Amino acid sequence: MYILIVGAGKVGWNLARELIDKGNEVTVVENSSRRYQVVEEELEHRIQSGDGSELWVLERAGIERADLVIAVTGDDEDNILISQVAKEKYGVERTVARCNNPRNLEHFELLGVKPAVSATDLILRLIEHEVPEYGLVHLLDLPTERLEIIELEVGTASPAVGKRVMDLGLPDGSLVISILRDGGGFVPAGDSVVEAGDEVLLVLDTGLEADVTGRFAPQTEAA
Amino acid sequence: MFVLIVGCGRVGSAVAKAMLAQGHTVSVLDEDPEAIAQLNKGQAESWEDLGGQFTEGTALEIDALLQAGIERADAFVASTDGDNTNLVIAQIARRRFEVERVVVRVLDPARAKWYSDQGLQTVCPTQIAIELLEQAVSGQAPFEGVTG
Repeated sequence: MYILIVGAGKVGWNLARELIDKGNEVTVVENSSRRYQVVEEELEHRIQSGDGSELWVLERAGIERADLVIAVTGDDEDNILISQVAKEKYGVERTVARCNNPRNLEHFELLGVKPAVSATDLILRLIEHEVPEYGLVHLLDLPTERLEIIELEVGTASPAVGKRVMDLGLPDGSLVISILRDGGGFVPAGDSVVEAGDEVLLVLDTGLEADVTGRFAPQTEAA
Repeated sequence: MFVLIVGCGRVGSAVAKAMLAQGHTVSVLDEDPEAIAQLNKGQAESWEDLGGQFTEGTALEIDALLQAGIERADAFVASTDGDNTNLVIAQIARRRFEVERVVVRVLDPARAKWYSDQGLQTVCPTQIAIELLEQAVSGQAPFEGVTG
């Protein structure tokens, strides 16, 4: 596979190494001449110097025959434009863009640049997984299909304890798909009773998470 | 007409003043709070006294664009010093806020050409300079003394 990487920062350089090791043909484009010199000592002819948002630089790097373009500069605008041009002007099949500021993710989406990878977001996900709020874990997100699968831990103080699945009051667009208990799991029926210590897997439409979580989270006494 | 101008350098500020003088409502957004000095320069009254609006903020921040009034804008000018920033915010103005007239300054002729082929109204100062210089060098543009 021919892969073009724009940006030879820590991410770009390490990606290049890994992808070359896996037997791919890789070209890296770097704008800063100092950085270029450092990385060139290792990558040699596989790095080119230039502003990767300029069309002639991309063309010189062979964007027309690239199977994959990875835009990992430190500038979100640059990453957006590079991916957009790669896809729409040069017909590159696959692009991956780095989103430095998670607040810019909506711009990536709006301009059709996907997937956009945000390190901050990934780390947040990991934190969520390690330190789950109300024991909530995202198992799978399907943004295009607008579905997600989550896992909830049922604490002893959860209002769901002792209730039948049909009585949980879950909103339309959400469904309990299995209950994990005592090292095993089963697909519940409407009259299965939720117990403390259960892990409940649900599939739901995007946006219902807060509503669903509320059915399992202990109510605050303050009210 | 409500005109929103993002990027208040020499170009943005001059366009802003001209639009205000023509009687339009003009709002300017720039990340540098000092940029308002460009708008006050050479004016009898301050920019705000003349009725102009100035917001400090980054062009990519939706909140800043909202504060500067993008939802009411009939025309949007992207004139920061970054081509890529201009091209991204212009597309945001068009696709997300559906501003009717969007004009983008792009210094790189190649990108200006391609994006204008995609339907974005670009103005490329470099291309204009190339054409004027070409005419001047070939004697098609007689020199009539310094202007401007």
